[in-house]
This record gives sequence, structure tokens and C-alpha cells, in this order.
Amino acid sequence: MAWAGPGLSSRGRAGWGLVALALLPVAFLAIFFAWPVVAIIGLGFGEGAVLRTLGTGEVWRIAGFTVGQALASTALALLAGLPVAFLLARCRLPGLGVVRTLVLVPFVLPTVVVGLAFRVLLPDAQVGAIVLANAFFNVAVVARTVGGLWAHLDRRAEDAARSLGASRWRAFTSVQLPALLPAISSAAAVVFLFCSTSFGVVLILGGARYRTLETEIYLRTTELLDLPGAAAMSLLQLAAVLAALAAGAAGRRRRETALRLRSRTETARRPAGGEWWVLAAAFGVLTLLLTPIVALLGRSVSTADGWGLAGYRALLTRGADGTLQVSGLDAALNSLRTAGDATVLAMIVGTLASVVLVGLRRGAIARPVAETLDAALMLPLGVSAVTVGFGYLVTLHALPGDLRTSPLLVPFAQALVVTPLIVRIVLPVLRSVDERLRQAAATLGAGPVRVWREVDLALAWRAFLAAAGFGYVVALGEFGATSFLARPEAPTLPVAVAELLARPGELNNQLAYAVCALLMLLTAAVVTVVDRLRTPGLGEF
Amino acid sequence: MLETFGLTVRYGSLTAVAGVDLRLPDGEVLALLGPSGCGKSTLLRAVAGLEPGGAGRVCWDGADLAKAPVHRRGFGLVFQDGQLFPHRDVAGNIAFGLRMAGVRPTERASRVDELLELVGLSGHGDRKVTELSGGEQQRVALARALAPHPRLLLLDEPLTALDRTLRDQLAVELAELLRKTGSTAIVVTHDHDEAFTLADRIAIMREGRIVQTGSPEDVWRAPADEWVARFLGCTVILPATVAGGAARCAVGEVPTDAPPGGAWVGLRPAALRAAPDGPVRGRVAGRVHRRDRVRLTVRLDEPAGEVDTVDAVSGIAGAPRAGDAVRLRLDPDGAAVLTTYR
Repeated sequence: MAWAGPGLSSRGRAGWGLVALALLPVAFLAIFFAWPVVAIIGLGFGEGAVLRTLGTGEVWRIAGFTVGQALASTALALLAGLPVAFLLARCRLPGLGVVRTLVLVPFVLPTVVVGLAFRVLLPDAQVGAIVLANAFFNVAVVARTVGGLWAHLDRRAEDAARSLGASRWRAFTSVQLPALLPAISSAAAVVFLFCSTSFGVVLILGGARYRTLETEIYLRTTELLDLPGAAAMSLLQLAAVLAALAAGAAGRRRRETALRLRSRTETARRPAGGEWWVLAAAFGVLTLLLTPIVALLGRSVSTADGWGLAGYRALLTRGADGTLQVSGLDAALNSLRTAGDATVLAMIVGTLASVVLVGLRRGAIARPVAETLDAALMLPLGVSAVTVGFGYLVTLHALPGDLRTSPLLVPFAQALVVTPLIVRIVLPVLRSVDERLRQAAATLGAGPVRVWREVDLALAWRAFLAAAGFGYVVALGEFGATSFLARPEAPTLPVAVAELLARPGELNNQLAYAVCALLMLLTAAVVTVVDRLRTPGLGEF
Repeated sequence: MLETFGLTVRYGSLTAVAGVDLRLPDGEVLALLGPSGCGKSTLLRAVAGLEPGGAGRVCWDGADLAKAPVHRRGFGLVFQDGQLFPHRDVAGNIAFGLRMAGVRPTERASRVDELLELVGLSGHGDRKVTELSGGEQQRVALARALAPHPRLLLLDEPLTALDRTLRDQLAVELAELLRKTGSTAIVVTHDHDEAFTLADRIAIMREGRIVQTGSPEDVWRAPADEWVARFLGCTVILPATVAGGAARCAVGEVPTDAPPGGAWVGLRPAALRAAPDGPVRGRVAGRVHRRDRVRLTVRLDEPAGEVDTVDAVSGIAGAPRAGDAVRLRLDPDGAAVLTTYR
């Protein structure tokens, strides 16, 4: 067999290849994230709005409420999530796969849907409903992040503690808890972030009385037309988000270095003794998670005069007195199409970014670069979608072709929200591929692209499919940025729901409930299918 | 023919491979032998093109490979733990390199069968690689590397992950197989037995440098210095004088080609055997059972210079006990002669 002569330097080519691959994700982040956000910051500083706005007591009251409700929600999510994490990680019981998937459903439900579900459940308790709804979303984050680590902790340390005379509880507090703390703090930081930037839930449940920074930015922009004031509040929020992200990153770093992990099959056991109480708590939490879902489904088929499908029939209309500019069905089709476009975009960007991140970690030079890019990719997850949507309105007119009126604007915004999620799902799987497998393929004659196809893609295709599925449902439910950007003649379903709720009328309510029920079923179906595709034990959510 | 000139690999401030010059004629099997962390695997990876930060030159038949990427070098690589593709069956793994080279399916299939037979796994083509034992996995890894007729085979601790008995058996098979296929190969190992079983020539590495190369017999009988002697099992080193084709030391004589003059004799435990009529007298200070013999620690009645305690071996039946008087005889096969100490 003849071997080819020298080509380009392997080192130089691999390096430049990565740079070329990085261009698209970096450009995407720069244009559709950094630029709008920086523009908002500029707007805030530009007219002295920061000082003026931050000087008012109202802002601090709102900021206080934002942090307060986020802290309460985070505490509640931790409290509810830890027993579930234990259940998922440590117990060997039939049907756990279903539970694992079930826990994930609330996390990807559209915020509008959850807001409405809690309004059905608790029509009067506004603050309580906000806290409960935010916690409802994030139980999954705690359960899966902490459970993910817990399942792989070497159980022999705990056994050693027990053999040295520690009670089950003592062994937990002195051995497991310290090992879990990085995951718990990392999950807490993420949950706090989600809760403090939560938009749809607060908008629907808080009404005009209970406002967070996120809803206030929205109100000031769309209702009061106080752009500088909104920018100033975005700035305040951005600062808080960066702090929370840094805390989370610190937690993650500790987790990555410190532990020797085992496979779940080695650590799961049948529960014993007091562990049954923890399990009871976990199943209690699961029941509570189901309650709003069931309540909403029930409400969607109950009308003023008994059970009925009036709301679902109304899908073909535009609501009472033409509240919507299009029919519910058209909004649904538009939603599906938009989410599809957003998913394709996000998959391209997320895949390229993951490839670059895996490649950079391989090179000795590039660790700090990789870590920075990694963090930058996570930023859109934390920065409020409302800020981003607002930023688009301020900046994108400068691009050729005026994107602001283009049907691609919403997909771009949604893709930005979805991309970090895709990276979080795909990247850990790609990182878990032993570098030497790629090297083995290379020594057998596979070039870089061929190695990617034959090794990375062949081993991670399930993760890619799962990422696309999750990305799709999240894009489908995206509300914060979309509510800013969707044109009235082309609303997505969540936007339509918000519009319906803003106008009184039983038919409008009924239609909103029907739309939410459909969104929920669709989301649950996709999550159920997709979660089966995940590589067990990998990925963060 | 493979040649390296001043091959150097640094990780930050650590120099893993420090200016190695190597020459490997076609058809020769070279063992890179050294303790863990000496840079031998890094050297192998640099030859394969997997250490992009390296300096120096790697040449094949005189042509510099600096610009040939890994997948164009035609060097097969076998990892310590196989690194088989988990998503492909045994045949799929072996056929991988053939597919990359664009070999037609029918030809591929017959070449895969040929290799399966070569490594003793005929009929295992459709097995999942995750169901194979460690030894079978390594056979598949070897077949996979050999399939596209690599011009050089690189084996990185190919048997280390296996248990002892299997390792010994596979080492013999691998040695036969390398000869049968006429392979040019570099085997990295920290195991003496493996190196001596497999190699035509042995290169001993220490801290990134090659400190000695030679035939297995040369390296065994004439280590380059004290470090190599101790690495190759000598526990006691005694001063000696070479005269008339033998090195004479306090415990006896060892035949040698070394020129007359001062020298040292290195003693492995097996160099001194308990014998009723042995000339060296001592008393047993400790004994340990090994598989096929007893190892003794013997305090000499007459210390040889600074050395008053030596290791020795005895048959299992009638082995002396701690405290017994014992007589020892020098067996030259277990000894080495050094002409330089450092």
C-alpha cells in the first residue's frame, strides 16, 4: 500500500481548522448576543440613566423583590430536589427511568404554560404562586445535577464510615454531603440565575403588583417607553447574573478535579431503613410536580357550563373579538416552523462550538481560551432573554437587510437561548470520548473530518438527537425574547397565550388554556422520546 | 527505515523526551525499555505524529515526516488498553484502516479473515468488542493495526493491562507474529521479560534519554552503567578486575569481552545459588518464597568491601532457614559486567 507524501503540517492545519470552525459561533455570539447587550449597557450609561434610575427607591424595591423571590425559590427547589436526586441516584427500584424523564418535563415546559397552570391552582396567592412556580421549574435542575454526581460517588467511602461506627445519617452528613456540595452549590447558582431572570411566570402571576427586574425591563420598554431606564435595569441584572455565574463556575471547577467517580450500577442499591422516608418525600415532590399539570389539563376541558372542548374548538378562531391577528392554528404552525428554524441554527452553532471546545481542551496551549469560550457560551443562558430581545430592537437595524422585520429575527433570538443548552448536552458526551480513540482512527488513516465522522459522531449521535429535541421544545416555549420580537401578525403560541390573557373574556381564557395544554403535551412527548436517547450519566440537565 | 534526530518533547518546563537519536532498520523489532515516566511512550507518540509540540526530526527512508499528519504516516499504533471502537464489531474494527484506505469490500472481508486467523480469533468477526476478554481485545487491536499493512508498527505497553500468565503467553505469540509478518516495530514496555521476549534490539530509556542500545544479550550481560544494571535487576554491585576474558570479584568469576582492567560485577538474586560446596560462606538473614524458588538474604561471613549482605536463591526442597549457615556459588548467567559505573 502506498502512503501519501508530506502534506501541510499536521499541527498547523489542526490549529487553523479549529480557528476557522470557531469563527461562526463567535460571530453569532458577537452579533446576536454581545452587541445587543453591550448596546443596552451603552444606552444605560449614555444618558446618565443608570444613576437616575438607580437613585429611585422603586428600583431597589424591585431588585429586592427579585432577589428575595429567587432566594426563596432556590431554597424550595433545593429542598424538593434533593430527595428526588437521592431517589434517582441511589435507589434500585423498578420504573425509575420513567421518574427520571418525568422530573425533566417541568424544566422544559413553556414558562407561560407553567404560569397559567399555577394561576389555575392558586388564583389568589400571588407571591407564593411565583415562588412555587419558579421552584417547580427548577426541581429538575437540582435533581439531575446533584443526582448526576451522587450516582457516581464511590460508595465505599460511605461504607468505610459506617464500618467505623457512623450512623446512616452521620455517614451522609460527614461523607456524602461534603462530596456533593460542589454539585449542590453549582445547581443552586444555576437555579438562582433562572429564578431571578424568570419572566413568563412572573409576568403572568405577578400582574402589575409584583414585578422583578426582568418584567420591569419589559414593562418600561413596551408600556412606558423608558428605554434608558430599562437599559439601566438590564445593567443591574447583568451584574447580578455575572456574579451568580462566577459562583457556579467555581463550584463546577471543584467538582471536575476532586472526585473519582463510579458507574451508577455500582452505587445504586435497594433503599433501607430511614431511606424510605427520603423516598416518601421524593414521591411527595413528584406528586406535587404533577398537580399543576393535571390542574391545567382539567381546566382546559372545563367550561362555564360543565366539561367541554370549547377552548380547543376555538383554536380555529382568533379568540374573542379577534384578539389575535391570526387563528390559534396559524400561531401553532408558525410556532412549529420558527422553533424548527431556531433548532437548525442552534444545532449548527452549538455543534461547531462543541467541536472547538473539545479540540481546544486537547491542545496544551488553549485551556484558558477554552474556559473563556465555554463561559461565554453559557452567558446567554443567564442574561435575561428580555434584555437580549430589547437589545435586538436597539441594534439590529444597523445590519444590512433590516433583520428587525425579517421572519428570521425570532429564530435567531431563540437559537441564542437554545444554543447553550445544546452545548451542555453535547459537550460532555464529546468530552467523554477517549482522545486515544481519535488517535487510533488517525493512525489507521482517517483525516480530521473522517475522525470526527467515524468516532465523535458515531459515538455521540444520540446526544445530538437529544440536543435537537430539547432545543426544539425550549425554542417552542421561549417567551422572553420572542415576546419582544414576534410581529403581531406572526405570534408564536406562548406569545398568543399572553395576548389572550391580557384581554378579558371567557373564550379567550378557554383558548389560552387549550393552547397551553397542547404545548404541554407536545413538550412532554418530545422530552419522553428524547430522554430515552440520552447517554446515561452524561450531560447536566 | 525509521530515523529520529534530536527528537525532543517538552510539556511546559518538563522535558519528556530529550534529544533522542534512533535508527530502526526494516524488519527489526526494537523495545523501548524504561521505568514509568521515563518518556518512552511520549517518544513513541512523537514518532506517530501525536505530539505536535515536539522538536527534532522524524524521517522515514530519509524523508522528513514533519509535514506528514498522523493519518498519512502509515504507522500502526496499538494502545495499552486496546482502544477498540466500541460502536463497531470485531470485523468492523479490523476493517477500519482498510476502509480509510478505500479498499473494496470483498478484499476487505478476506483481509479481515486473514487477520482474524493470524491472531487466533477466526470466526469472532461479528462479536461485540465489549464482550471480549482483555487478551482478545489486545489481539483485535493488533489485527486492526496490522490490517492496512503499516510500514511501522508502534506498540505502547501492549500487554501491560493483562494478567501475568496471559501476558507471558501472549508475549511469545506476539514475538512469533511480528517475525512472521516481517514487521518493523517499536514496542514500549517497562517489563524486562516482555522486552527480552519481543525485541531484536533493546533501547533503555531514562529521564527522556536513551542510555543504552544493544541486543538483549548485550544489555543483559553488559549494562552501560550502575543505573542500567540496577534497573535490570542487579541488587549488589561489587568491584572487579578483568583479566583473561573474565571479571573476578569477591564472590567469583564472570566471563566477559571487556578489556582488561578495573570493572564492576552486578549481581542479580539468581546470580548466587545455594550449593553445598559453594565457595562463598554466609548465614541466612531472611527468606521469602517465590513461585519456583526461595529467595534468601545472606549475611556474608567475610564482607566484600562495603558489601556485607547479598541476595541469593535456593531450590524449594531443603531450602535453608533463617539463621542457618549457607554456602553460595556464583552463576554467571545471573551476573552482569560493567566497565563504567556512572
